[in-house]
Amino acid sequence: MRDYETVIGLEVHAQLLTNAKIFCSCSAAFGLNPNTNTCPVCLGMPGVLPVLNGKIVDFGIRLGLALGCTIEKRNVFARKNYFYPDLPKGYQITQYENPLCTDGRLDIEVNGATKRIGIRRIHMEEDAGKSVHDESEPYSSIDFNRAGVPLLEIVTEPDLSSTQEAVSYLRELRRILMYLDICDGSMEEGSLRCDANLSVKEKGSGRLGTRTELKNMNSFKNVQKALEYEVERQTRLIESGSAVEQETLLWNALLGKTQSMRSKEESHDYRYFPDPDLIPVIVDDAWVERIADTLPELPAAKRRRFIEQYGLPAYDADQLTQTRALADYFEQCVSLYGTPKEVSNWIMTEVIRVLNEKNRDITELPVTPPMLVELLGLLKKGTVSGLMAKEVFTEMADTGRNAPAIIKSSGLEQVSDEDALAVLIKDVMAAHPKETAQYRAGKTQLLGFFVGEVMKASKGKANPKVAGNMIKEMLET
Amino acid sequence: MLDTARIYRKADITPVRHVGNLLDRIRKSSLNAFVSVNGPGALEQAELSGKAIEQGREDLLLGIPLAVKDNICTRGINTTCSSEILKDFVPTYDAHVVERLKARGAVIIGKTNLDEFAMGSTTNTSNIGPTKNPWDQTKTPGGSSGGSAAAVAAGLCSGALGSDTGGSVRQPASFCGITGLKPTYGTVSRYGLVAFASSLDQIGPMARSARDTAVLFDAVKGHDGRDSTSVPQEYDATSLDGIDLKGLRLGVPDIFFSEGLAHDVERSVRYAVSVFQELGAVIVPVDLPRIRYGVAVYYLIAPAEASSNLARYDGVRYGVRHGGEKDLFEMYCETRAKGFGREVKRRIMLGTYALSAGYYDAYYRKASQVRTLIIEDFRKAFEVCDIIAGPTVPVTAWGLNDMVDDPLSIYLLDIYTIPANLAGIPALSIPCGFGDNGMPIGLQLMAPAFMDHIILGAAITFQDHTKFHEVRP
Repeated sequence: MRDYETVIGLEVHAQLLTNAKIFCSCSAAFGLNPNTNTCPVCLGMPGVLPVLNGKIVDFGIRLGLALGCTIEKRNVFARKNYFYPDLPKGYQITQYENPLCTDGRLDIEVNGATKRIGIRRIHMEEDAGKSVHDESEPYSSIDFNRAGVPLLEIVTEPDLSSTQEAVSYLRELRRILMYLDICDGSMEEGSLRCDANLSVKEKGSGRLGTRTELKNMNSFKNVQKALEYEVERQTRLIESGSAVEQETLLWNALLGKTQSMRSKEESHDYRYFPDPDLIPVIVDDAWVERIADTLPELPAAKRRRFIEQYGLPAYDADQLTQTRALADYFEQCVSLYGTPKEVSNWIMTEVIRVLNEKNRDITELPVTPPMLVELLGLLKKGTVSGLMAKEVFTEMADTGRNAPAIIKSSGLEQVSDEDALAVLIKDVMAAHPKETAQYRAGKTQLLGFFVGEVMKASKGKANPKVAGNMIKEMLET
Repeated sequence: MLDTARIYRKADITPVRHVGNLLDRIRKSSLNAFVSVNGPGALEQAELSGKAIEQGREDLLLGIPLAVKDNICTRGINTTCSSEILKDFVPTYDAHVVERLKARGAVIIGKTNLDEFAMGSTTNTSNIGPTKNPWDQTKTPGGSSGGSAAAVAAGLCSGALGSDTGGSVRQPASFCGITGLKPTYGTVSRYGLVAFASSLDQIGPMARSARDTAVLFDAVKGHDGRDSTSVPQEYDATSLDGIDLKGLRLGVPDIFFSEGLAHDVERSVRYAVSVFQELGAVIVPVDLPRIRYGVAVYYLIAPAEASSNLARYDGVRYGVRHGGEKDLFEMYCETRAKGFGREVKRRIMLGTYALSAGYYDAYYRKASQVRTLIIEDFRKAFEVCDIIAGPTVPVTAWGLNDMVDDPLSIYLLDIYTIPANLAGIPALSIPCGFGDNGMPIGLQLMAPAFMDHIILGAAITFQDHTKFHEVRP
């Protein structure tokens, strides 16, 4: 068998978190009743006209700067003409020649090495409505709430050479979009959508293979599966001496395979031309500078800083910088408590566990950094055991109460008081004369037995460390 | 219009009586100028405006009956574009211009006939059949705003709104012996004007006199945030006193008097130019070398934009639907095959072709580049003159059934009106005589962008010294 290389380019559509749609004042919110968020403009009624929401340009510049792009000074919107029932005007307003951002890059980590992925272009456009096909009905329905929701389309160079790279590019891009507060990054709700162009060629060959375009991969898992499937399918075709056909494929997640949507012959001629209803948007240096001033620290920079400033392992840094809010949470805890690694461990295990269980965001967690730090303090002092601290934390997350209150009311406080422990130990010794004698005769491995009995007698509240030391002392004297 | 406002205030007649009379005349009229008549709505507004006049409100537009071309949206009143595909379409919104007129207490008396989607020069392509010219009912009123022009000429309204993409206000104004203005692109909001060719379309006022036209222009012009191409600028009211023509540099390009110009039209236009000279204007030669490409450029750009603008009539959300019981593709095909007339389909096909992959550079892009050269021609010409004068159309109105199978010959007659649309500059047509067949002839005046008031002022002065605009059919 020969060796093959995969060549992948991704086109990502990110729905923007603006209040209004791109060309009218309708809300861009997701999940409302069908066709309630519409007006004559986004329904494409006769005689109405689009007016650009300038916020979209702000968002586009934000992303462009974050990805090191050149920002286009004179932005022209174009019409992409095709017929589809959920496309109200019979054309989509998008950018064609001179997109807002060009020539950028995004660095991804693959197997510990950094790889630079070229960003060919980022442009602004409007989303279409949504067709709903109910197999049991002889008709389809259309929801136009999404028609006119603003999108940025982010197109890479064909620099990705494996499924793994494609997925890490997508993760990193998603993280950046969320850091910039311009997209909520939900692939399930469709606010982040990914199409891929993929071809396979013989290793070292200068000639690219025939590419196929993949659509409808609406989760990270599906992106990975679809790309893997397609790499394998194309490789098999080439191995068997058949030709790969240039076509658009839909990923069918249920069947776990790609299916042909349209061939090259059936591909549209979109007849792009400048939209005469919109005037060019002139982005001057002042505009770009104004946006540059508001850029937050980006994920890669934050990761580097966490490693350097807090001495964290790369894994921790990556986990803690998943979102800006989580990273902020970590930093607030460390500023109150110190010992970054200890805080990191807690966040990576307990905090993230609770968030995943409840499918919540860190911003929705009722345990504030001072509250978490208070709990860590009690743990360090020995007021609670490690095991108990986890229980206490779970309850804090459920109820929003602070650690001392929970410990007090549930009696989870450790007994470290020596007088109280001495009474318990004496009772245990009295109840187990045989074992006491054996220990004193040199069978010191029985210490664990005594600690266990004391813990039992204290209903788990005894501080095992303190109790252990006292038992040893009392048995040996 | 100004006459009617005066009569209302002398209490000779109330708006309700006047509008009632007009509604009767419209119903009895054989001109086919109206697609729909706004009977109850017009009377209701006339009543309200009559009361306002009684209370002493001064607004000149109170109770003034106006007609609106049926490609301009009117809330609650059918807006059909004289097309089968929109024959039952009722907008839920008013065009910006209609809002402005309503706010002034004007009466929208009805919606006027046009060539389907404003594509034509005769109203022949209307789904309700052609409008007739009030001067001779065997002749065309011109188009596409033929219904508005005929209604004004026949005195069925005091003024009207048309739309002008390549001459659709000025050519019918010329054919019907009235005044019509194609304003500077961006002066009047296109919000609510059903788009034909967005970069060329402009709503324009039509009336019997230049003064009335100026009053109507002032009522509808002004910035509108709902149209991105509406220029954010404050405008002064147009002076109704006319302008002093002494020393005015009147450019008269030879190209407007070349082959194809009917001798009677040339005679009247030359006479009009001599009137300007008598009033003190100085004739200067100007050269517009590249406007001879205007028709070719226009018939690439306008159909290209139209092919995209008309894509929304797909039978999905509103308008007529055919073949809905079959599959999606069949529904598109049948809806558009049955919903659009021949001329509209011809232009959609022309435009689709001009934008197609492999042809875009040769057609659409090249046409856009030549358009820039034409703009440059005008810029240079206006360095040496204030106004450019010439005929509006090379001929007078032709027979209703002439050239129906010869679209190209009709396209070529747009030669004088198209350049102003391509350049975005203001242009108006005023009556300046009658042809050998007794049909009206129009003089076209053009000025640099935003100099609409200059050509209106010159037209007012011209009309103060001539009687052509006072002759009635």
